[in-house]
Amino acid sequence: MTENSSRNLAIQLRKKRYAAERRFRLYGIISISIALGALCLLIGNMAAKGWSAFMQTYIILEVELPRDGLAPGGKIDIETLREANYVAYLRKSLRDNIPGVTSRRDRRSLYKLISSGATLDLQNRVLADTKLIGSKISIAAVASDDVDQFIKGNITAGSGGKISSKQAAWIKTLSDAGRIEKRFNTNLFSNGDSREPELAGIWGATIGSLLTMFVTVLLSFPLGVAAAIYLEEFARKNRWTDIIEVNINNLAAVPSIVFGLLGLAVFLSFFGLPRSAPLVGGIVLALMTLPTIIIASRAALSAVPPSIREAAIGMGASPMQVVLHHVLPLAFPGILTGTIIGAARALGETAPLLMIGMVAFIVDIPGSITDPATVLPVQIYLWADSPERAFVERTAAATLILLTFLILMNLIAVILRKKFERRW
Amino acid sequence: MIKQSIILATAVVVGTTGMAQARDQIRIVGSSTVFPFATAVAEQFGKTTKFKTPVIESTGSGGGLKLFCAGVGVKHPDITNASRRIKMSEVKRCAKNGVKEITEVKLGFDGIVLANSKKSPQAKLTRRIIFLALAKNVPANADGSVLKDNPYKLWSDIDSSLPKTKIEILGPPPTSGTRDAFLELGMEGGCKTFAGIKALKKKNKKKYKAVCHGIREDGAFVEAGENDNLIVQKLVANPGAFGVFGYSFLDQNSDTVQGSIVNGVTPSFENISAGKYKISRSLFFYVKKAHAGVIPGMTEYVRAFTSEKAFGPEGYLVDKGLIPLSDAARKEIRNSSRALTPLSM
Repeated sequence: MTENSSRNLAIQLRKKRYAAERRFRLYGIISISIALGALCLLIGNMAAKGWSAFMQTYIILEVELPRDGLAPGGKIDIETLREANYVAYLRKSLRDNIPGVTSRRDRRSLYKLISSGATLDLQNRVLADTKLIGSKISIAAVASDDVDQFIKGNITAGSGGKISSKQAAWIKTLSDAGRIEKRFNTNLFSNGDSREPELAGIWGATIGSLLTMFVTVLLSFPLGVAAAIYLEEFARKNRWTDIIEVNINNLAAVPSIVFGLLGLAVFLSFFGLPRSAPLVGGIVLALMTLPTIIIASRAALSAVPPSIREAAIGMGASPMQVVLHHVLPLAFPGILTGTIIGAARALGETAPLLMIGMVAFIVDIPGSITDPATVLPVQIYLWADSPERAFVERTAAATLILLTFLILMNLIAVILRKKFERRW
Repeated sequence: MIKQSIILATAVVVGTTGMAQARDQIRIVGSSTVFPFATAVAEQFGKTTKFKTPVIESTGSGGGLKLFCAGVGVKHPDITNASRRIKMSEVKRCAKNGVKEITEVKLGFDGIVLANSKKSPQAKLTRRIIFLALAKNVPANADGSVLKDNPYKLWSDIDSSLPKTKIEILGPPPTSGTRDAFLELGMEGGCKTFAGIKALKKKNKKKYKAVCHGIREDGAFVEAGENDNLIVQKLVANPGAFGVFGYSFLDQNSDTVQGSIVNGVTPSFENISAGKYKISRSLFFYVKKAHAGVIPGMTEYVRAFTSEKAFGPEGYLVDKGLIPLSDAARKEIRNSSRALTPLSM
């Protein structure tokens, strides 16, 4: 009887334990699915909004390039070509396609269908090939942002909207004639920032990000690794190293805007470095990533088993040889992973850059680390704040591109770790 | 390798410190309201002249003037944008730091609108109604000499002709220049219509300001952040709500939202331009005259901004939502700004 009841109790307890185990696993699965769901929601939302920005509407026009306007007297001269009235040729072609637009007001709204960027395209084409003068060429003119949004169905025509019902009718005429085409949006990748959404691109910001990251990694990687090696391998354990360790851990948790304030006070005001420059942005972000790199590097160094060091010492290696020839190569995958993750965080940072003037409208593509520049996340922030409707999809598209960069960087970190990692 | 890169990095830092002296690019700071217009001019300027495209930071009017007044020299910005006039205290601070000659350029108007979704009917409001809907304290008697906490929950509580919907207004945070202007022109404009409160202005200016600029904190007014696009999106999603933002955002989104009629005037291009719509303000930029000969392109930039092609009634800034000045005012400003006539207050 007693034996039976104690057995029952044991079975009951076992059941309870199994149930607890199952619940525990379920909680884990639930948390992972919530995290995954949030990520999918973010990427899905961005992709749904931003996908259309990768296509841009063009209006195909046959443009006549009159010899007397471009090369008066049959003489081809670069100065004349630069100053020629290309807008007029485009507009004439537009009028030829939409007959019966006579009043000044209507003509103005007809001309608004094409972007100011089309003029520049035509000019560049003529400058590149002067043989075209005197002939009739077909050109894909960039449509204005309103036309683009209308074609994509993001805005409706009439009732005080950005596209009047007249303009909608003209667009229909053009589209029936097969003159409206959607093409891959190369401007988005090859241009700098612009106030015209159809001409705005992320190339300037991408270069700015690369230059900033270059400075950041150049400074923080050697400094961080050197600091980690010294603290881990050489420094004696005493109160001073304890204080340094606490401070490094603290710095890793300081809000990034504080580093921006530091940059403003020290690098701009005291050292007089240029505002908005990737140099200053890079230094500020290097300070921000340093603690991450030091902590990751120390962890990687301390994971190298002591037997390696002892064997090297036993063979007569000096402490520096032990570190440089044996410990560091083995710790390198971990150090690299830490650096890449730190750099990825720096790539997505805007707050510290606000203080040092990198949140700015910059059209020219930066050529060096002292040129004014902006970075990808700042570009996203600036576009999100712009009134033009077409910037909504471009904001989402730029976010997708930034996410792609981040995924690539983190993927490299994972691959490096998988490839070089050694277990003991 | 590590040693070499440290030396290289140090050399880069030290080497570039000396390079900071020369600058061939205009630097502009200031108001986020003027930002869309200034950037449009800067882009055109960069494309059509031999000068580099100016770099423009959006720092807010106050922040911009602070940077602008910090001193003369390539380290400091050349031009600052402002959605309000420069204050006497700022002129003094400028002068103290050696920025003595400043040229003021008025570039146009900006209207502040109270808008709702086109799915709802257009609202007919007065500044008095706006004040009663938004103020923390409202008059308890007819002339406003006695005050009470704002009890109005529905629009119809204020005036029976208004709809029976909840008062819900999305607006910018206190750091925004749009908010300042809205308080001053919209709220205070309605506040002054009560004789009792108006009398307070002479007796106790602080209290008057607290009453007229005090926004209710019981949830009827929602601070929606600096991003006006977000407010527009929220209005579309919530047809019962109203939003406060600049005219350029109404202009860009006129297919989904509509501006409310205030004191019988619709916030349209023509009405704001003619000064009939009362909640509107002037936009400015200020030029540091000492930099005009030093930084290339300064006078040309001012010339480009004040050309008919840009700030005229058919200029490209109008497409961006700017409301132009009258013909006479534009002519005067063109002349004074091209001569870089210093400001006198």
